[in-house]
Amino acid sequence: MGQSLSIRQLEAWYGTNQTLKGINMEIAANQVTAIIGPSGCGKSTFVRCINRMHETLPGSKVKGEIILNGESIYGQDPVSLRKTVGMVFQKPNPFPSMTIFENVVAGVKLNGMRNRQNLQTIAEKSLRMAALWDEVKDRLNYSGMSLSGGQQQRLCIARALAVEPSVLLMDEPASALDPIATMRIEELVGQLKSEYTIVIVTHNMQQAARIADTTAFFLNGELVEHGPTSEIFTNPRDKRTEDYITGRFG
Amino acid sequence: MINTRRNFVNKLMLGLFSVATFVALVPLFALLGYVIKNGITSLNLDFFTKLPAVMGMSGGGMANAIAGTLILIAIASIIGIPIGILVAIYLTEYDRYSWLSTTVRFTTDVLTGIPSIIIGIVVSMAIVAKTKHFSAFAGGVSLAVIMIPLVIRSTEEMLKLVPHAIREAGYALGISQRRIILNIVLPTAAKGIITGAMLAVARVSGETAPLLFTALGNQYWTHSLFKDPIASLPVQIYTYATSPYDEWHRQAWAGSLVLIAIILCLNLIARFAFRSRSN
Ligand SMILES: Nc1ncnc2c1ncn2[C@@H]1O[C@H](COP(=O)(O)OP(=O)(O)OP(=O)(O)O)[C@@H](O)[C@H]1O
Ligand SMILES: [Mg+2]
Repeated sequence: MGQSLSIRQLEAWYGTNQTLKGINMEIAANQVTAIIGPSGCGKSTFVRCINRMHETLPGSKVKGEIILNGESIYGQDPVSLRKTVGMVFQKPNPFPSMTIFENVVAGVKLNGMRNRQNLQTIAEKSLRMAALWDEVKDRLNYSGMSLSGGQQQRLCIARALAVEPSVLLMDEPASALDPIATMRIEELVGQLKSEYTIVIVTHNMQQAARIADTTAFFLNGELVEHGPTSEIFTNPRDKRTEDYITGRFG
Repeated sequence: MINTRRNFVNKLMLGLFSVATFVALVPLFALLGYVIKNGITSLNLDFFTKLPAVMGMSGGGMANAIAGTLILIAIASIIGIPIGILVAIYLTEYDRYSWLSTTVRFTTDVLTGIPSIIIGIVVSMAIVAKTKHFSAFAGGVSLAVIMIPLVIRSTEEMLKLVPHAIREAGYALGISQRRIILNIVLPTAAKGIITGAMLAVARVSGETAPLLFTALGNQYWTHSLFKDPIASLPVQIYTYATSPYDEWHRQAWAGSLVLIAIILCLNLIARFAFRSRSN
């Protein structure tokens, strides 16, 4: 099941450069939340704070609080937190040394599961959820790199799902893909939300409008507006949101 | 007008490059040809199976030196390759930017440039003087000391080639850093790391100077890796080539040929054996 997130006064830095300036935001469970905003406004930084990846960069700093299902994420071990909060990156990044099968089960296997039967079950289930099973079931032992870009991205989604997270962060998961592959990912997001809370960064406003329940507009490290997607796109409260959506800047 | 000029310059440069390549390759092939021509006539089964003949007598072989060289290479590899790889992992995965890493990198570069004879003397003082024995161990250690900086540098380069995105993907799955390094980063870089290590092995297998002070040399079989001096091809070649006997000169050529063949094999393994392992 998905879990809800509550972000309070979140601030983030790269060195002395402050990238997030006090974000307050509620993310409901089992919903798709889209993050939009011009390049460099801090969208990636924001999602990378939620699974505590931001802190891993040298010189970075975070302040504020993120509550996951009632519990502060900063009270948890980051490595186990990331099993609950999965992430899919902008560029597909399968592990080059591994086969398709090994890629999918990498998370569970390297966390200690050895039972071949279980691994097989998990691999099939995750690949089915990622809508990739039919395309790869006959070549699970091929290198993950042998897939097309769109397939690689779905492989990465399957890999993230295999760990059974509650929250799935997706940072522009379709920006490197063609329209057909993009459509498949969008369909997939729609199907996944019954099981997961999904936060998806996108540059494509039609995409946000198609798949997101709520949309948040970021600008210069601040959250300008967050509300139901239909409202953000038809009746934004803030002038800056309207300017961005109508293409007047960004 | 301009075109003809450009064409002319182009041809001129091409000519210069060809000449330079030729000049660089001539000594290489001349050397190989010369060693083969002189060495091949003295190569026979005895050479690989017999101990050296008594001084000035004909016959005999370099079985002990061939085995000795392989043993020394093995000892050096067992010590040098793991240490080099571990240091490189530390430098890239754990502590890429600290002053300690910078210092280690600088020291590594300096160490790469230190003449091997000096390494031999130092290891000799550290081990031979302490244990009161020339030994295969001391020789292997001196070769390992030469290998370590080479392995560190090549491994580090290979680890740096593994994209950061791959590591991030691992972190994002909740995999521990230890597992990411062992099961994701190292396998991704494995081919390059092995190639680098093999080239380092090839590089030290012809070293002579450090062995003179550590392994010494031996006309007989060695019975203890820690207490007996041990023969090696480079030292045997050196001893025979500087002797007054024609028979020994011939055997030195044969030894050179075998040594070059060993090094060539190591290079070829490094280049080809690990080149493709796809699917
Ligand atoms: N590794 C980094 N080191 C230093 N500054 C960074 C780093 N990554 C991002 N930044 C800076 O932080 C700010 C926000 O970056 P972020 O990647 O979060 O933007 P974004 O909204 O995701 O942009 P895009 O839409 O282009 O992906 C930018 O000004 C960027 O220059
Ligand atoms: Mg981004």
